[in-house]
Amino acid sequence: MLEQKHLLGLEGYPAQDIQTIIDTAFNFREVLERPIKKVPSLQGVTIVNLFFENSTRTRISFELAQKRLSADTVNFSASSSSLKKGESFKDTAQNIEAMKIDAVVIRHPTPGASKHLTEFIDAIIINAGDGTHEHPTQAILDMMSLYEKFGRLNGLKIGIIGDILHSRVALSNIYGLISMGAEVTVCGPPNLIPSFLKDLNVNHNYNLDEVIDWADALNVLRIQRERMGLGLVPSNREYRTTFGITQERLKKHPKEIVIMHPGPINRGVEIDGSVADSEQAIILDQVLNGVASRMAILYLLCGGKANIGEN
Amino acid sequence: MSLKNLSKHTVLKAGIILDPYNKHTHKADLWIKDGFIEGIGQFNAPKSAEVIDCKGKIVTHGFCDLHVHFREPGRDDKETLSTGSIAAMAGGFTRVCVMPNTNPPLDSPESINFIREKAQKCPIHIHPIGAVTKAQNGKDITEMALMFKEGAVAFSDDGLPIQDGAMMRIALEYSTLIDVPVINHAEDECLRSEGLMHEGIISTHLGLPGNPDLAESAMVYRDLELAEFTGAKLHVPHVSSAKAVKHIRQMKRKNKNITSEVTPHHLFFNDEALRSYDTNLKVAPPIRTESDRKALIKAVKDGTIDCIATDHAPHTLEDKETTFDCASFGMIGLESAFGVVNKVLVKESGMELIDLISLLTINPRKIMGFDLDLFRKGAMAEITVIDIDHEWIFDKNHIHSKSVNSPFIGKSLKGNIELTISGNFCHCNK
Repeated sequence: MLEQKHLLGLEGYPAQDIQTIIDTAFNFREVLERPIKKVPSLQGVTIVNLFFENSTRTRISFELAQKRLSADTVNFSASSSSLKKGESFKDTAQNIEAMKIDAVVIRHPTPGASKHLTEFIDAIIINAGDGTHEHPTQAILDMMSLYEKFGRLNGLKIGIIGDILHSRVALSNIYGLISMGAEVTVCGPPNLIPSFLKDLNVNHNYNLDEVIDWADALNVLRIQRERMGLGLVPSNREYRTTFGITQERLKKHPKEIVIMHPGPINRGVEIDGSVADSEQAIILDQVLNGVASRMAILYLLCGGKANIGEN
Repeated sequence: MSLKNLSKHTVLKAGIILDPYNKHTHKADLWIKDGFIEGIGQFNAPKSAEVIDCKGKIVTHGFCDLHVHFREPGRDDKETLSTGSIAAMAGGFTRVCVMPNTNPPLDSPESINFIREKAQKCPIHIHPIGAVTKAQNGKDITEMALMFKEGAVAFSDDGLPIQDGAMMRIALEYSTLIDVPVINHAEDECLRSEGLMHEGIISTHLGLPGNPDLAESAMVYRDLELAEFTGAKLHVPHVSSAKAVKHIRQMKRKNKNITSEVTPHHLFFNDEALRSYDTNLKVAPPIRTESDRKALIKAVKDGTIDCIATDHAPHTLEDKETTFDCASFGMIGLESAFGVVNKVLVKESGMELIDLISLLTINPRKIMGFDLDLFRKGAMAEITVIDIDHEWIFDKNHIHSKSVNSPFIGKSLKGNIELTISGNFCHCNK
């Protein structure tokens, strides 16, 4: 079992629990390779997927994980604008609580929203992304994918490339990787990298080629198109030339570097389509590991034991 | 725990009279007749006088708060002049200045008069601050001279910074006509951007958009330069950052027309507290780092900051029990103020009690030109009685405001207001 009741973020999350989740996730990976990809582990457990923000892959990944574990699931989607008009966050939370559910997977545009939810309801809360704060399940699946590739996390050198300031994926990865003994360097436009990251033992380097030379793997973040208009990134071509993971750039480096991306990909902006589709990219492994990781998290938090036994 | 009328004759017996104006402390009785001071020390009060035992208690001037929001007109679900008055008395305050960011704002002689008339029915002295610009639009200057005649004691668009430097210049220049302070909520809106808390390591941890300290200090610097240029009186409200302190300290050396205030919450909390995502800690300007907090304490001690002001900002539960981005800015502060500043400044930072009392009494009064010599025969009673060593946990029962948005709930405070007397009215916290 895990030390904490909820999974709200990886800041201060125990390293041995991250390892337990990853180990358990590998067991569930096997389940996903079977002809019948379903186990009865969470039978009778009711989980609400509470999505206040658009999401395709995270929501589907969670839903699939829940179905594979035989949990009963309900989906609640509300755009934040309709929420602002209608009932309050507190009312929504209390309504859900009144329906006697066991766990809530929440995605919300506001940092701290998942923690906020724990103040109103008793159920187990899993953060599926709270604004620009954390996205712990993404970081765990990223670490699982690195673990699969390298057989370890300790001592790995990971470059995180792109808009760090607005990225919950980056922050959760930083917390998780550092607590697992990896080294992290962030690289991106200086105005999109919070200067205070230095205090978290994270290296800065604005020179992508140097980061490629240094790193074992790159986690390439999506550069959100809406940021382009805000004067934060001057143009597509400037970004692509300076921070894009292009075929030409990789050719200059003799090493086989592992490429990750949390998706969705802007092909031709932060990464070339041909790189994303190449052998060195493990982007689709990440997707599969996402389902397995989320199965492991749900299983461990919602009453399972670390050993999934004979299912 | 209630407001009542004083007897015709009341004697505060054997208290420690702390007079910040004459700067002395002595044990004496104090006689109040019909809401006015009749005698201190030796006197012959009638035998029928009500005697209140103040043995071992500090008896001092009623506090004065230059910065409160009583939400009238427009949001009397949050606070009214009447409920705000009780909250003030519970905190030892007998005189407050109300900010004009109401709905509609106090931007005309008529609206100033509205407050003045309502205030007359309240147990404490309430002075309106007028808006600098009409509808607080930041463009059109208000009828300052007429509003001054109706009782406006200062001018501010509080809540909204005067972003346009030329507008600030005009306001300061024009204010010299009536020679009252202009109070600008100093946060450069462009630099503040969408910031919800202080930009620093904690905002990075929490993923909350940051509001850098230079959003404050850059505008404070501009205002200080404009004050010098125009010769106007500038009062800098709720100073929050070490950088702003530095600018104020420097400019005060050559310009006597600069004053500033700090809130109890900026002296008490640092941004670590935001880790709770407690929306009651969402304030403007934001709670900053421990080194900013220390700089504020130092600035209070060396006189760079002139007074304590609460920025008492009541909000409904609905405005606060929501996600951090949607929650309103502000916290209430009157009831907890003394216990907070006494703990931080006297107990933890070694300040003399009489200096702290000055920050709550004669210093803010000087800024607004209010009467300073309160402990003389014939002065209307404005008296606060304090149990100075009492340690207590602040809880909801101590709140008299209509709103309860206080992050001090559950905090241990030092020094309790036992009794507040304002004219004929008396509020007892026991």
